[in-house]
Amino acid sequence: MGPIVELRNLRVEYRASGLGKGRKVAVNGLHLAVSAGEVFGFLGPNGAGKTTTMNVLLGFVNATSGAAFLFGVDVRQPIARQRIGYLPEQTYYYKFLSAEELLRFYARIFGLPRAEADRRIDRLLKLVELESARKRPIKTYSKGMQQRVGLAQALLNDPDLLILDEPTSGLDPLGRMKVREIIQRLKDEGKTVFFSSHELGEVETVCDRVAIIHQGELKVEGRVADLVEKHQTNLEQIFLKIIGYPAEAPLGLIATPRQAS
Amino acid sequence: MNTVLALAGVVIKELYRRKDFYVLFVLTAVITLLLGSVNFFGDPKIIRYLKDVVLLLIWISALVIAITTAARQIPAERENRTIFPLLAKPVSRGQVIVGKFAGCWLACGMVLAVFYLVFGIITGSREQHWPLLSYLQCVGLQWMMLGIVVSLVLLGSVIFTAPSSNATITFVVVVGILLLGRHLNQVALQHTEPLRSMVYTIYFLIPHLEWYDIRDLITYDQKLVPWADCALATLYAAVYTALLLFAAWVVFRRKPLNL
Repeated sequence: MGPIVELRNLRVEYRASGLGKGRKVAVNGLHLAVSAGEVFGFLGPNGAGKTTTMNVLLGFVNATSGAAFLFGVDVRQPIARQRIGYLPEQTYYYKFLSAEELLRFYARIFGLPRAEADRRIDRLLKLVELESARKRPIKTYSKGMQQRVGLAQALLNDPDLLILDEPTSGLDPLGRMKVREIIQRLKDEGKTVFFSSHELGEVETVCDRVAIIHQGELKVEGRVADLVEKHQTNLEQIFLKIIGYPAEAPLGLIATPRQAS
Repeated sequence: MNTVLALAGVVIKELYRRKDFYVLFVLTAVITLLLGSVNFFGDPKIIRYLKDVVLLLIWISALVIAITTAARQIPAERENRTIFPLLAKPVSRGQVIVGKFAGCWLACGMVLAVFYLVFGIITGSREQHWPLLSYLQCVGLQWMMLGIVVSLVLLGSVIFTAPSSNATITFVVVVGILLLGRHLNQVALQHTEPLRSMVYTIYFLIPHLEWYDIRDLITYDQKLVPWADCALATLYAAVYTALLLFAAWVVFRRKPLNL
């Protein structure tokens, strides 16, 4: 079986804002392959090119050169997204619809039969604890509830690949735990998870492999355990070293899970 | 097809949950009801004049609803970022354009049906005369014309950033075509080259929306438009609609959508 996510020499350029500013390279020569059943952490500082790469994978942005594939299908084909679930960092849903209506709308897009859609919607609303609010418009939900709607819609098609963009940002500890539980459950079911996060402790806990990109280029890729063993430190320290955190900076002051324990 | 219908359903749902739409819709229905039911001195000329005014109001309201609804569809998707979870599903940008068009056009059809139903019942019950086929032709052709308008607005919405500028420009263009479109060939004759060719080009390029205005059928009880002409007008509208939607897709398909 080929890779679930594959990037081949991906390059993305943007027209920089402002006259005479030319073009900005957001991603440069990125090669990446994620196999089935892996939980893959995609890391990098702000502006590193993570979101741009995800945008290419999801078809929001076209690559300047190179290619991107999901399940071996070019991401420019909508069918490549039939088996994926996507949870954006923030909630971007039709606020005039209720959670149930929104899920029913997406179920129609996935072509789910009515009975199957009903069954999945009931199960997911129970999973994200929104059963009692299912008929209320999303605009009346709290932020946490809206995030949970996002999680439900990402799981609606029982995806083989889940793409999560900062899935725990803005969530309370309970919400974070819920997301971690779901990632773990998906991992146990043999699903592939591709996610970006700044929560490096969390990444170290749940990911099999990570890639760290900086200034649009891949700096490190490998199994979390191998990286930790090789560098004899935790993922956060590895990350800071790779992105060129100043040597004179008081790294020792940054509490790390390893030191804390 | 399922995706297009699902998208259209969301457009219609949004429309009937919006208060501004209700205001215009209810206001027009009430004015239609009032003007259609009053009978000044039983003078047929005044009655005809009132019918004319009501039908004009229906035309303007339907145009405003069509333009304002279609103008905000894609910009609102981008501004509220609902386009991202949508395009992360197996949905192509072409389906988004067609789905939005279908939703707006179906909504326009429903609005027209209600307006003409209110107007028809009022005038019919007063005059004891029920020219159903005239109404059918009027509604049908106006609906076809609104199809062209909606697709024109959708094209504008992928070109212009602000929905308000798109709505204003389209409204001016549509009213311009309705008022001046039929005279452009005569205007061309009064000019010398190269202006003459330019005006002629515009005359043959623009969709002639004024052909779809057959309100006189109802106001003056004129005889029906030949059905073959109606079919040709429908085909003409379908071609323009398809071309405009295709142009919208061409622009939208390569547009980067950055988070």
